[in-house]
Amino acid sequence: MYRLENLNKEFVEKGSKVVAVRDVNLEIEKGKIFGIIGFSGAGKSTLVRCLNLLETPTSGKVIFNGKNLLEMSNAELRKSRQKIGMIFQSFNLLAQRNVVDNVCYPLEIAGVKKKEARKRALELLDMVGIQDKAGNYPSQLSGGQKQRVAIARALATNPDVLLCDEATSALDPITTTAILELLKEINQRLGVTIIIITHEMKVVEQICDNVAVMSEGVIVEQGLVKEIFVRPTSDITKKLVFNKAIDVADVKNKYLRIVFEGQSAFEPIISSLTLECNEMVNILGANTENICGKAYGQMVIELPQNPVSINRIKSYLDSKSIAYEEGGT
Amino acid sequence: MSDQMVEILITGIWETLYMTVFSTFFSYLFGIPIGVILYITDKKGICNNRIINFIVGVVVNIIRSVPFLILLVAILPFTRLIIGTTIGSTATIVPLVIAATPFVARMVESSLKEVDLGVIEAAKAMGSSSAQIIFKVLLPEAKPSLLVGCTISLATILSYSAMAGFVGGGGLGAIAINYGYYRYQGDIMWITVVLLVVIVQLFQETGLKLVSKVDKR
Repeated sequence: MYRLENLNKEFVEKGSKVVAVRDVNLEIEKGKIFGIIGFSGAGKSTLVRCLNLLETPTSGKVIFNGKNLLEMSNAELRKSRQKIGMIFQSFNLLAQRNVVDNVCYPLEIAGVKKKEARKRALELLDMVGIQDKAGNYPSQLSGGQKQRVAIARALATNPDVLLCDEATSALDPITTTAILELLKEINQRLGVTIIIITHEMKVVEQICDNVAVMSEGVIVEQGLVKEIFVRPTSDITKKLVFNKAIDVADVKNKYLRIVFEGQSAFEPIISSLTLECNEMVNILGANTENICGKAYGQMVIELPQNPVSINRIKSYLDSKSIAYEEGGT
Repeated sequence: MSDQMVEILITGIWETLYMTVFSTFFSYLFGIPIGVILYITDKKGICNNRIINFIVGVVVNIIRSVPFLILLVAILPFTRLIIGTTIGSTATIVPLVIAATPFVARMVESSLKEVDLGVIEAAKAMGSSSAQIIFKVLLPEAKPSLLVGCTISLATILSYSAMAGFVGGGGLGAIAINYGYYRYQGDIMWITVVLLVVIVQLFQETGLKLVSKVDKR
């Protein structure tokens, strides 16, 4: 689907050179939901904007469906862009067009007949769940509704990939979850590859298959979300995964970081653990979320000193197939 | 006031409206493309071109800096070439268009600058060509602001047209000068002033009503 080879992007700002993306090599498979995560200024937005050449890379290759976008003529590039949908943090809808005409825009560009375009636009609005707003103007919609229109618009030309540049960052947590669920559904129903840029680990947790962690323009770690989330290796990833809520640097004793990856939220894991193992545990911090009845997140518990007790706790978690990571001294 | 004077004033109103509306129309005919060129060739524009931007910018600024009365006189030969005469309302349209076009171009440019850059970027990401961005995104999105600009331009051009009365132009301005100034008929002068104020007011009110109806933001 997408292959990036030795991609670099430099900016010249007030005479000094800033490297936003440094020697990135990335392979994104068809049909996957791929997350790119990093703190602000990590270069992830620049990277995603290189994927449809909104930013022209300084060097390297952007290979989309087997062809290097950088070697294309303007007309070819415009054709390719019709196969690359994009949604933004600020929605970027046309303020003077109503909802259905916004969705029609990319179809007009692609030369689809008016009547046909309208029909397709209404189908798409139905799919994203806001057909009743077809005649409204963007200013009359909430943030979540605007993003739904933007998603419908981005899908109008049947793209192979959907780029999401901080698409949920301007939304509240409940709306964020709803939009992410919608993206997941689109991925499954239409087979559209989705690339998500975010600074929030929970976005990646909730819907991504693969993740790349970016810091200072470099991809420091990449792999399956499960693996990276359970066993982060780089400091940046640890920071992103642990979140501010749990500062393990302060922990004196041995601790266990328990990872919830969609187990039932209704199961009292920690209570059962203390009862079954007959051990007291001290919860140092937790950062969990109930997303559609499933638990996501993590919890850090302080372990007892006794190695036998530790083993007992670990084997209990193993028996429930809950992932964990040991830390501390 | 004599019936004859009333007739003169009515003719004056029509001449003023004729000059103002036609001059505004032609100023926009030339001003919109120039404004678009200024906007798209700008550093952050979609067809960034420093040289064109600089040349057009300088020409626009030069014409804008020339006082209208001087411009009016300076281009008399040109006016005669196009209209065949230098006297009357139709002849006044030529200098009015020349003086107002750069003004309109800057108004258009600033209206276009109000369009959200993110929207233009989204249009680009969807595979739009530059022409499609100009005609399907930039101008429609800027429409309310362009209309606001248009009401301002109408009022400015109207006041320019009154000035043209000094050098043989027609309209209420000419009446104010010929009767009010040269013949010391103060009442006529004041009547023309009131009429001009009313016309400007009408332009402004209709313009703003139209804008609030058109703007979907």
